[in-house]
Amino acid sequence: MNVVDLEKKLIQAARQDRPSDKVPYAFEKRIMAFLRPLPTPDCWGLWAGALWRATVPCLTVMLLLTVWCVIPGANPAPASNLSQEMDNTVLAAIDQEQASELPE
Amino acid sequence: MEPTEAELIAAVLKGETAKFEPLVAKYSPRVFATARRYARRDSEVEDIAQEVWTKAFQKLASYRGEAPFEHWLMRLAVRTCYDFLRAHQRNREKSFSELSDAEGDWLERCVRQPETVEEDADAARQLINRVLEQLSPAARMVITLLEIEDKSVKEIAKLTGWSVPLVKVRAFRARAEMRKILLKIAKEKYL
Repeated sequence: MNVVDLEKKLIQAARQDRPSDKVPYAFEKRIMAFLRPLPTPDCWGLWAGALWRATVPCLTVMLLLTVWCVIPGANPAPASNLSQEMDNTVLAAIDQEQASELPE
Repeated sequence: MEPTEAELIAAVLKGETAKFEPLVAKYSPRVFATARRYARRDSEVEDIAQEVWTKAFQKLASYRGEAPFEHWLMRLAVRTCYDFLRAHQRNREKSFSELSDAEGDWLERCVRQPETVEEDADAARQLINRVLEQLSPAARMVITLLEIEDKSVKEIAKLTGWSVPLVKVRAFRARAEMRKILLKIAKEKYL
């Protein structure tokens, strides 16, 4: 077998076999869709969305707390006046010092 | 009046992505024809074409406008095809044991009565495609460009990015590789 002749014939066959230049339908549209940059995330939009979604849970918590405060007996009354409690706490150290200085 | 290629490219570089579409529409036939030289399946051909256009879009800033856009794009297409061949190197057929009857007949006629053999026969096309698929990526690239597309060594050097001496060396090796494969076919068929 003459390999050179065979090679020439096969190359001739390949030359005559021109590949098709057919392009699939709407190929350029597909490429453009692929190349279009992804939308950048809108930070303010995300923040506003999160706030809007938090509205209902916040209102619910607020209503529950209001109900809890309003219903009598649900919230036990403080033992004494708040301002008096505050004074006692702040002045507790002084009271202790005075008590220790008193003669027995 | 339609904008010129240079105007379209300038617009794309300024951020008007939509201006790239006329270029894709105009040159896709050339890109597909080039891709079909190296890939058989439609899905592979489309993948190559998509890769070429993605690269063209990403590297458009490197196009200086000294040569026609088509030449620049074809360089990109050929290099993408070469990358494809290298990536699919392992999938190459390893044996000629499954020659079809038509291919076998054509080969036999070529051996016994070479002057009566038709070069445009389907069997011959199938056979050369099989031979090309067995070649290494560089050999296939150089045989396709040099022998089938009839390009000069300089043109191949420009298209592939290889030096002129490297193209010559690869062409020499590619022919040897091809003859080796043809001898292998002959041995499998006649011994």
